[in-house]
Amino acid sequence: MSKVHVSTSINGDEVEFLCEPNETLLDVLRDRLNLTGVKEGCGTGDCGACSVTLDGRLVCACLVLGAEAEGHAIETIEGVAVEDELHPVQRHILEQAALQCGICTPGIVVAAKALLEKNADPSESEIRYWLAGNLCRCTGYDKIIRAVQSAAAEMRGAQA
Amino acid sequence: MRYVRAKDSQDAVSLMAAAMDPMLLAGGTDLLVKMKLGRAAPDLVVDLKQIAGMRDISPEAGGFRIGAAVTGAEMGESDALMAAWPGVVDAVELIGSTQVQGRATMVGNLCNGSPAADSVPALLTAEAMVRITGANGERDMPVAELLKGPGETTLQKSDIVTSIWLPARPERAGDAYLRFIPRTEMDIAVAGAAVSLSLDESGTVLAARVALGAVAPTAILVPEAAKALIGSRLEAPALEACAAACSAASSPIDDRRGTAEFRIKVVGVLAARAAKIAYNRAGGSL
Ligand SMILES: Cc1cc2nc3c(=O)[nH]c(=O)nc-3n(C[C@H](O)[C@H](O)[C@H](O)COP(=O)(O)OP(=O)(O)OC[C@H]3O[C@@H](n4cnc5c(N)ncnc54)[C@H](O)[C@@H]3O)c2cc1C
Ligand code: FES
Ligand code: FES
Repeated sequence: MSKVHVSTSINGDEVEFLCEPNETLLDVLRDRLNLTGVKEGCGTGDCGACSVTLDGRLVCACLVLGAEAEGHAIETIEGVAVEDELHPVQRHILEQAALQCGICTPGIVVAAKALLEKNADPSESEIRYWLAGNLCRCTGYDKIIRAVQSAAAEMRGAQA
Repeated sequence: MRYVRAKDSQDAVSLMAAAMDPMLLAGGTDLLVKMKLGRAAPDLVVDLKQIAGMRDISPEAGGFRIGAAVTGAEMGESDALMAAWPGVVDAVELIGSTQVQGRATMVGNLCNGSPAADSVPALLTAEAMVRITGANGERDMPVAELLKGPGETTLQKSDIVTSIWLPARPERAGDAYLRFIPRTEMDIAVAGAAVSLSLDESGTVLAARVALGAVAPTAILVPEAAKALIGSRLEAPALEACAAACSAASSPIDDRRGTAEFRIKVVGVLAARAAKIAYNRAGGSL
């Protein structure tokens, strides 16, 4: 197989890579670009551990070909914190112990951040539906939902 | 395998014709899963998303033309589309998670050929028309003529669906789609039912179409169920007759998601409930 040359933007940086035409964006990010914050749970779109945004849209990196990234903008968990400053969603997940093994956490942070950028004041059921494609085998969802709610409240400036 | 971005639909047709075992790529939420599981091993993947017009939702002849690369999320964000065809949009939005919605297309859902594909019953009741570019140029066909069997369509190897047209919505008309799944999100339909109907000024059903998913080798239209609704105001006997006609038209399989017996029963219940939602959306009061 001849490799595909791809130029794209990842977390705001211009990036070029070579990949196999059938290689997923998930494999490219993890194995070629060393962005191992994005996790593989299933590889088939079911678990959301590989959540990233593509031109601002939440997607599963396991269901995107690396070659499809050409000319688009990708954001991963590595781009969420600004230097040492955690994003409110990250901080509230930590403070409220809304994680155990942590495999699902990067995907949940990326997904929850995408939700709050679209809807600053989501209801509990909107949060649950939005995150229905992010599976967690350890924590149980309540703590995760509470953490997203308090991050949302903080971001609205209405400290809960 | 090679990956190529088609420049236009004619280019896509030529690329498809020249390869041995090519596959088209829209959102990839079926195709990449199949590749991962070893159920598809194309020698060429032709990406359609950058072809001009493929990502557009445009008004046409009172209805809407929806490009083949428009995602479920984009359809849900179109207020005009949602107002005209809420049943179709609901059906498309039921597909997968937020992540899947960011990629999955209605056309991919149709062309994948799953008997349980959520958008297909709603497209059948909407009398949607599929626009295809193939070796002999462009043609339009009703959705029903594209359906063939599990995992199959009547499309030829180099046929590309470029868009789907949803007709103008008649006055006092509404549509709805409901499915049964064991969970509240993220599952494949055990059974699904779509109803589209229009009313006269007194609230009597003038015209109706009823279609079912996951209870036959393809989604099916059930004219007898529609007949049961026409002339009624969805009184109990009309809804019961509609449900019975749906059950009678079903020939489902038993699998781990549900037994045939359960599917036959539940599909009638879903159709009657969808009829009520469509009736309310059409402005009728029950
Ligand atoms: C986690 C998960 C959950 C899901 N849940 C549901 C669900 O609830 N309901 C449901 O119905 N489906 C579901 N699906 C299946 C899938 O997401 C849908 O069928 C989706 O609509 C497919 O669209 P796509 O654009 O991703 O198609 P693709 O994968 O790109 O294509 C699907 C098929 O259609 C062909 N094709 C694509 N575009 C064209 C075209 N323009 N012309 C001709 N052929 C074409 C492709 O070659 C391929 O064979 C789910 C999938 C995943 C991964
Ligand atoms: S690894 Fe992509 S959804 Fe599970
Ligand atoms: S913390 Fe282990 S999967 Fe969520």
